[in-house]
Amino acid sequence: MPRLRIALAEDGVLLREGIAGLLERFGHDVVASVGDGDALITAATEHEPDIVVADARMPPGFTDEGLRAALILRATRPQLAVLVLSQYVEQTYAAELLDSGGGVGIGYLLKDRIGDVREFVDAVERVAAGHTVVDPEVVRQLLSRRREPLSRLTPREREVLGLVAEGRSNAAIARALVVTDAAIAKHIAGILTKLDLPPAEDDHRRVLAVLAYLRGR
Amino acid sequence: MTRRPLAFLCSSWPWRSLVYLLGSAVYAVAACLLIYTGYVYGAWVASATALLVLVVLALPSAAFERWRLRLVDRMPTDNPHVKPPKKGLRAWLSTRAREQATWRDLGFTVVGLSVLCWMDLGLVSSAFWLPVLLMSGPFQPGMHWADGLPLAAGGVLLVPISAYMLTAWAGTRAMITRAVLAPGDAEIIRSRARLVDAFEAERRRIERDLHDGAQQRLVSLSMKLGLARLDLPPGSPAETQLAEAHEEAKRALAELRELIRGIHPQVLTDRGLGAAVEDVAGRSPIPVDVDVSLPGRLPPPVEVAAYYIVSEAMTNIVKHSEARHGFIYGRLHDDTLVLEVRDDGVGGADPAAGSGLAGLADRVAVTDGVMTLSSPPGGPTSLRVEIPCPVAV
Repeated sequence: MPRLRIALAEDGVLLREGIAGLLERFGHDVVASVGDGDALITAATEHEPDIVVADARMPPGFTDEGLRAALILRATRPQLAVLVLSQYVEQTYAAELLDSGGGVGIGYLLKDRIGDVREFVDAVERVAAGHTVVDPEVVRQLLSRRREPLSRLTPREREVLGLVAEGRSNAAIARALVVTDAAIAKHIAGILTKLDLPPAEDDHRRVLAVLAYLRGR
Repeated sequence: MTRRPLAFLCSSWPWRSLVYLLGSAVYAVAACLLIYTGYVYGAWVASATALLVLVVLALPSAAFERWRLRLVDRMPTDNPHVKPPKKGLRAWLSTRAREQATWRDLGFTVVGLSVLCWMDLGLVSSAFWLPVLLMSGPFQPGMHWADGLPLAAGGVLLVPISAYMLTAWAGTRAMITRAVLAPGDAEIIRSRARLVDAFEAERRRIERDLHDGAQQRLVSLSMKLGLARLDLPPGSPAETQLAEAHEEAKRALAELRELIRGIHPQVLTDRGLGAAVEDVAGRSPIPVDVDVSLPGRLPPPVEVAAYYIVSEAMTNIVKHSEARHGFIYGRLHDDTLVLEVRDDGVGGADPAAGSGLAGLADRVAVTDGVMTLSSPPGGPTSLRVEIPCPVAV
């Protein structure tokens, strides 16, 4: 993994220092660390980082300043990778992020996930590489809508679909479910057929197709 | 009446006012009968009859006045009469005779019979007949149609003016009626609403404190534990202990998140009622169809009340209805937010039985709203709530 140049926005000083230390420990550079949305926009424009990691809720209004700043940055630089962290996940936020710049290089995770440090850094790296990473909680909510073709999936297939939607690769899904890559490939082909989605070799395209499907668009 | 003229004229208010005022015909008929009695049998008989009629009919007449207030006044009216302590006619009579409310009812009936009903009907007839008479100008016998046209035009112009006049008088009359026959409850409702607002502000403060304090620290703690695990050989006793502590911290975070959502859902503040209802539906263990379409953000008290009503209704459905499917509908009709929560469950929901539905009714009452529940045994259950919502922001 190349050394990433990261801009970090988080209003809690303790946590901001913690995340910066964590990212640096895994060999990345935190080129800017700020405490509110406006400062993030300034910093990202000045330092041109590879990825922006932002808390969704920051001063002055403590609503969704971080998310808005991320969307503004994406509007001017659609290829800028953005990972938004939030204390709670909400489908509307996920949708707003995924709709910006075609969903490429987007991450949306619960703040809790920082605790799983390896997975968290892995998510940062994948988003920086242009992948889409969506919190399992969002995927769970999307899957719970249980629209018609979804109910035809077997429980195992639903499990696999969920992991695909979170943005995991075949290999990662195989590891998570403790089966072979080939078995996962077979499951995925089956799911795509049942949902009438075109088969996609490219992991990344597949994630976007599945997410678009689950969001009902 | 403060709305744009066209919106006001197209609304139901002029018609409601007309029907409200026409209700006074009942008094006019009674008054005419009394006058006729006086004419035929003499003043003494008429006075005695009037007194008798007043004593017997004052209470029903006041009840009728309070009932028809609903046509032009959204605020619910409470009955100001207290319940007699014992059953039986004597207890009832002595309670009523000692009540201030009874004497007010009596006084208002006298004023209604002698003055108010004539004013109501006079206004209705001038507001109604004058335009109609003018508009019929071209068709009057003995008048050339061309001469009648300006008259007709004048009649058409008078219609909106009449509508305003009717509504204004109906509003004034309703205010007088409320002040005399149902005093006090408006203030009670206002103070209840103030209390709810205060509670809501407090909940927001608690939510923010938890978010900025405990939640941040727990995320920090969980991250430190995660980092510490990296430095220990996996599977070693220390790592195992640390892993357990780490899991515990993560569970605490998850629980705290649910707690905060229950205190005050952030998505409601950030994105409004539509997104928050989607959120409630997404979390429900049974599939829920959502059809909520609102023109924008609603006033915060309306959003908060509507949100709690929907989430409480969904909780009830999941707990009691055995439903397999839920449905949430929401629209802004005119200046009323209409919400409907339905299911395909077993029905038989009873507001008197559980505290959930009673709590819902209280929530609705504070907003001056109306709640209708239909839940026959065997189902389905449908809860409909209408909340007055003055301006969509």
